[in-house]
Amino acid sequence: MGFLKRLFNKAKVKSPWVFHFNSGSCNGCDIEIIAALMPRLDLERFGVKLVGSPRHADIMLCTGPVTEQIKPRLQRIYEQMAEPKYVVAVGSCACSGGVFRGAYNVLGGVDQAIPVTAYIPGCPPKPAAITYGAYQLLRVLADMMGVEPAQLAPEFEEPAPPSPECGTIETEVAEI
Amino acid sequence: MTSTEKRVVIPPRVSIPIGPQHPALKEPGMFKLTIEGEYIVDAEVNIGYNHRGVEKLAESNTHIQNLYLLARICGICSATHNGNYAQAVEFAAEVEIPERAKYIRTLIWELDRIHSHILWLGVAFHEVGFDTAFMYTWRDREVVMDMLESISGNRVHHDMNTVGGVRRNVPDELVPRLLRGLDRLEERMKYYRDVVIYEKTFWDRVAGVGILETDVAKRTGAVGPTARGSNVPVDVRFNDPTQAYIPMMDTGDFEMVLSDRCDVAGRSVVRVVETLQAIDMCRWLLQNMPDGPIRERVRPRIQPNEVLARHEAPRGELIHYLVTNGTDKPERIKVRAPTHANWVSMAHTLRGNYLADAPIILAAIDPCYSCTDRVVIVDAEDDTMELVPLDVMRVRANKWYKMHPRREE
Ligand code: SF4
Repeated sequence: MGFLKRLFNKAKVKSPWVFHFNSGSCNGCDIEIIAALMPRLDLERFGVKLVGSPRHADIMLCTGPVTEQIKPRLQRIYEQMAEPKYVVAVGSCACSGGVFRGAYNVLGGVDQAIPVTAYIPGCPPKPAAITYGAYQLLRVLADMMGVEPAQLAPEFEEPAPPSPECGTIETEVAEI
Repeated sequence: MTSTEKRVVIPPRVSIPIGPQHPALKEPGMFKLTIEGEYIVDAEVNIGYNHRGVEKLAESNTHIQNLYLLARICGICSATHNGNYAQAVEFAAEVEIPERAKYIRTLIWELDRIHSHILWLGVAFHEVGFDTAFMYTWRDREVVMDMLESISGNRVHHDMNTVGGVRRNVPDELVPRLLRGLDRLEERMKYYRDVVIYEKTFWDRVAGVGILETDVAKRTGAVGPTARGSNVPVDVRFNDPTQAYIPMMDTGDFEMVLSDRCDVAGRSVVRVVETLQAIDMCRWLLQNMPDGPIRERVRPRIQPNEVLARHEAPRGELIHYLVTNGTDKPERIKVRAPTHANWVSMAHTLRGNYLADAPIILAAIDPCYSCTDRVVIVDAEDDTMELVPLDVMRVRANKWYKMHPRREE
């Protein structure tokens, strides 16, 4: 593998830019994705950055059971993404249709419209689950691209798998 | 052939489509803005990307299943849909639920309002480019999310209500923790109130933007903070209280939050002050919560009846219209979500503003497409917008259900 190729691969694993597409979800998953990017869990420490355009993105986070009307748009946006591209289905709806499975205007799952790389189930998945899912995806990507995990940033620790424990209310709120 | 005649050059009108995927939009909706130079002269709203067919699906589900389905209409105000449907079924069955259940239901509604308003505040800060405050608000929102999680077990879809009461109790050990969380939230919200009012970065972007005059707001039937920001006193909690709002309003400690500014700033102030008020309401509910059972058994078959249940969702008045037919399934359920009522005034508020202000004006009604797309046709300025015509949709639905009978006994 040439040096440039190796550099590219490393960059891709170290800084995947994600793009979020709502294919008819209830917003629950969307706000949890944003919550995962927010200061408490801070997905950005893995280099994950939310971008607004599919052309800049490596990973598309899809939420929602694809509706008939959004399907052509979803496929078009998928085609607009640059290779290599990965799709993560976030939430039960995106995985299988969830509660909306069987409704007349719903396809039932993102994989009915476009290929999906990873599934994060839950209704909605907790931000911790999304972080964990993102980490697992990055690990698989690192394997596929032949990047040594040691080459990743030293702070790139495995997050704890999501637990059913609730957070504590007395969360740190920093003084400003 | 030179003409000395002066020519008036009319700036060309350009029509800009925004959406259905756009960085300024969090959900799939489509706006067609016609602009002249920098000014918006016309706006068209095209929605329906999020239409999933919930109402149709609900007709083939039992009432208990519908509680969970309707909660998933919208993830931000899930407690309102869930609670209001439970309320509607109880009205139809003509049962009274225990006092404690009423208090818990109202507590969840109010906590949900706090979370929704803080979320909105963050989005508004983001839309005006004030991302620091966006991060701060979302971090503080985690406090209320934890409170909801410790009560209901889930962060977003609480699903606390069931027909005849609530599913979980609020244990006494939790109350001091919740009160501590409320104190923390209050302190932070006071800070954000000052940020909204005194911080030039925010105020200058919203003051005088997106004017919605009182009479227009009344005429177009705006609801919720959009209407209250234009000095229209509509708030179901005060006008037509249900559940524990009745004893709460009897104390006379709470007043409807109104603003006569009629612009985006007015709507922001209404939301922030309302959050502070909701914190007080939660405190009142926790301190006055009576003891007793939390649920009443209701027979699954609901007598034939026709009811209309109203509730003040964070975005405005939410209406569930329910027809029951003596079985355990509804005959018809119609959801009128608050965003739908606010769409009509949308085109008016956009007109005459700068294009750069469009995102914050759109965000100011706190649009929730997933709630609104129960309906496919929208009238914006007597232009009928329909992406999939209603009769086509109906034919498709009937065909689908003929081919796929869902859980038919
Ligand atoms: S999985 Fe749940 S939270 Fe996510 S979009 Fe579907 S219904 Fe909403």
